[in-house]
Amino acid sequence: MGTAEQTVEVVDLTETTIRELNQRLHDAADGGPQNWRITHPNGVHAIGAGINAPLEIDIDGHVGYYCAGMNKEANIRIHGSAGVGLAENIMSGTVIVDGDTSQSAAATGRGGLLVVRGNAAARCGISMKGVNIVVEGNVGHLSAFMAQKGALVVCGDAGEALGDSIYETHIYVRGSVAELGADCIEKDFKEFHTAELTGLLAEAGVDADPADFKRYGTARKLYNFNIDNADAY
Amino acid sequence: MTHEPMPSPGMRESALFDRNVIHEIQRKAREGIYDIRGFGAKRKVPHFDDLLLLGASVSRYPLEGYRERCNTAVTLGTRYAKNPIELDIPITIAGMSFGALSAQAKEALGRGASVVGTSTTTGDGGMTEEERGHSEKLVYQLLPSRYGMNPDDLRRADAIEVVIGQGAKPGGGGMLLGQKISDRVAEMRDLPKGIDQRSSCRHPDWTGPDDLEIKIGELREITDWRIPIYVKIAASRPYFDVALAVKSGADVVVLDGMEGGTAATQDVFIEHVGIPILSAISEAVDSLKDLGMHRKVQLVVSGGIRTGADVAKALALGADAVSIGVAAMIALGDNAPEHQEEYEKLGSGAGYYDDWHEGRDPAGISTQDEELGKRFNAELGGRRLANYLRAMVLETQTLARACGKSDVRNLEPEDLVALTIEAAAMARVPLAGTKWIPGLNGNTE
Ligand SMILES: Cc1cc2nc3c(=O)[nH]c(=O)nc-3n(C[C@H](O)[C@H](O)[C@H](O)COP(=O)(O)O)c2cc1C
Repeated sequence: MGTAEQTVEVVDLTETTIRELNQRLHDAADGGPQNWRITHPNGVHAIGAGINAPLEIDIDGHVGYYCAGMNKEANIRIHGSAGVGLAENIMSGTVIVDGDTSQSAAATGRGGLLVVRGNAAARCGISMKGVNIVVEGNVGHLSAFMAQKGALVVCGDAGEALGDSIYETHIYVRGSVAELGADCIEKDFKEFHTAELTGLLAEAGVDADPADFKRYGTARKLYNFNIDNADAY
Repeated sequence: MTHEPMPSPGMRESALFDRNVIHEIQRKAREGIYDIRGFGAKRKVPHFDDLLLLGASVSRYPLEGYRERCNTAVTLGTRYAKNPIELDIPITIAGMSFGALSAQAKEALGRGASVVGTSTTTGDGGMTEEERGHSEKLVYQLLPSRYGMNPDDLRRADAIEVVIGQGAKPGGGGMLLGQKISDRVAEMRDLPKGIDQRSSCRHPDWTGPDDLEIKIGELREITDWRIPIYVKIAASRPYFDVALAVKSGADVVVLDGMEGGTAATQDVFIEHVGIPILSAISEAVDSLKDLGMHRKVQLVVSGGIRTGADVAKALALGADAVSIGVAAMIALGDNAPEHQEEYEKLGSGAGYYDDWHEGRDPAGISTQDEELGKRFNAELGGRRLANYLRAMVLETQTLARACGKSDVRNLEPEDLVALTIEAAAMARVPLAGTKWIPGLNGNTE
């Protein structure tokens, strides 16, 4: 968080092009302002994509596609809602969105944390590879599709085909699950999972009781082809 | 190879149920699964062999073979990128994944390509140090699986290739079977070791051309608009797909014909989906011309390119460069006769081996087995690849000079005729000895 005595670089996206903004954010890896406030994002795409430094960024409003794409190290707070592919392929750092997010949030993310205070649409955490995602509201269909690593926490309900063809991602859902996808099953909590869930809820600043969640994960039946499972495909 | 008995006159083989078909029915009945294999289409499809070049004569004059220069350099990615890729030769190495190929084989591709001034391409498995280290110009693929995808590799790539499809399997995803998911491959892909990896056929974070345009915008932002962005498509509806790739902001379109190679795909996919590259180039070029973008967005084509003749004909049809997969593997030493005995043990033979998905390649190329991998000498492999590429370039120049061209890209459709009516219709050049291009000028001439 930027403290009072640190200067905050304010960039108004009605006056600055996305190219100029991103170039300045990229250049910040070699020094320069570390605290940023971006005003009037107005749904512009690729805001803060490819940041490679521990910047603190507040965005005042709604963002378009691929905000914080491939983020490394930065902590980005979006005081609005986000379009498709928020924090896609995130590597590290934190992205927090106060509102809702469109589909494919944190798709293929490899590290870091995404927190969605509202709902996330379809394909949340699709092909995730190590990112942790906490959604306070609901997630849409095909969330955690082919999810490989990391954890998806859903405090509300999950749509159809949750965790379809999942690998080793851990899914925790407090509400209902419309339908589990192929090879995704409900699983018991072990000590590790309770600790993981408790930690993620705390990190995300979500007040919820881990005991209210159910856990889902892979049945590992589709890991190697077996003709007897052909009807699962 | 085990030798089949010579059929005697009373033993008539069925054209429909030939020995391969019968063998395959028997195998399916036994195992209950489709055939998965590597290599490209093995059936005969109309190809560059069905075209001929018209050498110069009285109406046009040729260039001197060993004296007059014939340029082979080509620049890719001139549309938007600050740093387009400058190649000395119009032949590039196609994307082949680490995982499908051993680290040593990837290194050899880099070594060979760099010596002759061309690029290599990563694949469905991320970028390895071996290939980055040895490839002067490296194209980094962004595939649906996004295995190993990371912004640092994007930033150290010389170009990005957004892979939408592959000629061997338009509409299909990647596949790497458990035998090849070694510790290193598993770690790079964030997958458990030893599982059958089937990657998705659609990108996870965009659907349709409007999204693709925004996705390409994001990649440009991440890389500060420095490097070119290619879009690779499988040849199926090239006129529309090329137009949409251009509309989405591609600097380069890579068009891969149905006969193009693969490391592992269902045989039914390899042989039955997509269209031959011969029939796709003219459509792609028409599309670029209709948009006023021919030569502004460069066109790289692939699928069964083997010789300088194939290269010359592809360029004459309007491509800016070609890329090679299977031929590069063979140049490295795959299917070499010195491994005949071992190929036989695998139920195959040198010249037939296509079970690249099994990871038991005696040549140490399409494997993740450390012992097999060690057999392959990357330096020697690289030298062989460089030799092969040089020879192909010489062939291409020979043909271009014979047609009177001082630049291989000055070859044009007017330099071509077709040997068959099919090839004439597909490539849109006249049937040899006629002015007839079936489908274009009807059958009146
Ligand atoms: C062993 C092997 C691995 C391949 N891996 C990939 C890949 O990872 N990504 C991709 O886009 N294409 C891949 N391809 C396809 C090639 O990039 C290229 O499209 C094809 O090989 C061209 O046809 P050709 O082999 O007849 O030259 C692979 C091909 C081979 C032979």
